Amino acid sequence: MDLLTADQFQQLLWGMRTTIILFAVSWVMAFALALVLVVVRATEYRLCRWFVDGFVAYHRNVPLLVQVMFWYFGMPELLPENVRFWLYDHNAEFSFAAIALALGSSAYVAEDIRSGLRAIPNTQFEAASSLGCSYLQSMRYIVVPQALRISLPPLVSRALLLFKNTSIAMAIGVAELTYRTREIENMTFKTFTVFGIATVLYLIGTFTLMAFGSWLENRTRLDRKAAAK
Amino acid sequence: MNATVRDAAIVSFDNVSKWYGEYRALENISIDIPKGQVVVVCGPSGSGKSTLIRTVNGLEPIQEGRIILDGTDVHARKTDLNQLRQKVGFVFQHFNLFPHMSVLDNVTFAPIKIQKKPKDEARDFARKLLDRVGLAEKADTFPGFLSGGQQQRVAIARALALRPPVILFDEPTSALDPEMVGEVLLVMKSLASEGMTMVCVTHEMGFAREVGDRIVFMDQGKVILDDTPDQFFSKSDHPRVQRFLADIRREA
Repeated sequence: MDLLTADQFQQLLWGMRTTIILFAVSWVMAFALALVLVVVRATEYRLCRWFVDGFVAYHRNVPLLVQVMFWYFGMPELLPENVRFWLYDHNAEFSFAAIALALGSSAYVAEDIRSGLRAIPNTQFEAASSLGCSYLQSMRYIVVPQALRISLPPLVSRALLLFKNTSIAMAIGVAELTYRTREIENMTFKTFTVFGIATVLYLIGTFTLMAFGSWLENRTRLDRKAAAK
Repeated sequence: MNATVRDAAIVSFDNVSKWYGEYRALENISIDIPKGQVVVVCGPSGSGKSTLIRTVNGLEPIQEGRIILDGTDVHARKTDLNQLRQKVGFVFQHFNLFPHMSVLDNVTFAPIKIQKKPKDEARDFARKLLDRVGLAEKADTFPGFLSGGQQQRVAIARALALRPPVILFDEPTSALDPEMVGEVLLVMKSLASEGMTMVCVTHEMGFAREVGDRIVFMDQGKVILDDTPDQFFSKSDHPRVQRFLADIRREA
């Protein structure tokens, strides 16, 4: 087992940095999109429902790797040539990876939020209405805060999954952690060491997410709040 | 029905009917409730009494007739229901407190977030209300840690926080263990003694006799009897009322 040089280790850290940014960007986009999906789905217009159902079906049934490649290799064909070249000059692989990962997660995030919303009894809505809340006020102050609390555990595991899935972006050349790992392994054949370090770096990332998740859960738990008083 | 009665009424039903599909839940209801009166609505289950008071703040739509609340037609298209609902408190059978808010926040929620009142003023008033229902020391507790009776008293404080001229009670003690019924009724009695206009759907006949100015007896969506408690309990020879009272006594 050989140790890495400082330069090689530095390379891995750069990869980790890209992984974290890719995760953060995709997660924010996925969450925003999921909220839109929930609202669109809730409208009960048949066309809206079909659209959301189709969207969910596509992202559930097509491999993530294919989705990512489709976005990177397929979609630009629809764009004018100068736009395409501009994109390829400006880190297109990162953007398309982020879009594909965000879309792929948003369908699941939307389902997590929706199941949280359904768990709030209609009587909460009635109580808010009786105090003069509009529909939006009832949602904002009463229903959504309670629903998010219920959705938190599945959302945390969804975030973990997305963090790990960023490694798929290496397939289109995003220089994230897995990509850098493979690169160094190819050059140095220090296979065990470099994959070992990559594993530890991924674990640091996921453990941080899990810790943040349980901190959030604790903070929003009702009995904890009451007991602290 | 003369004009002066109509003017003094804070809630008035004018020939109100409601259907659930084919089923007629309310049939030609006409009642006037003057300011300061305590009206007890009772009747066998399925008689439409809960539906009746849920129409007053628009939780249930009606298909025919009019309901006037403090001068406003509740079900008119141009009525701002959210605005109107601030003028009528509603106490639910299952309390329906907001479990993610402290007791104090439950009471200050509507004044602060909906009416945009200053926080200090809302909190001071909320503390007074909690004191009044005997729960001042529970202000920072969460609803899940309270007994049913305590929760219902918080719910009453929450309804009072908007200073409504009238409060509707939908079977406020039916979901409570027997030993907790008294504490809630006590709060309701003190409200009544201060002149609050109240419409209470309840099976508590002791409360009805002691506090009620009037008893409205319903059966199958119709008002069968509308009289003072004395008349209702002593002189009523209506067979449906007799049977209802016998059933209630057997339960007690």
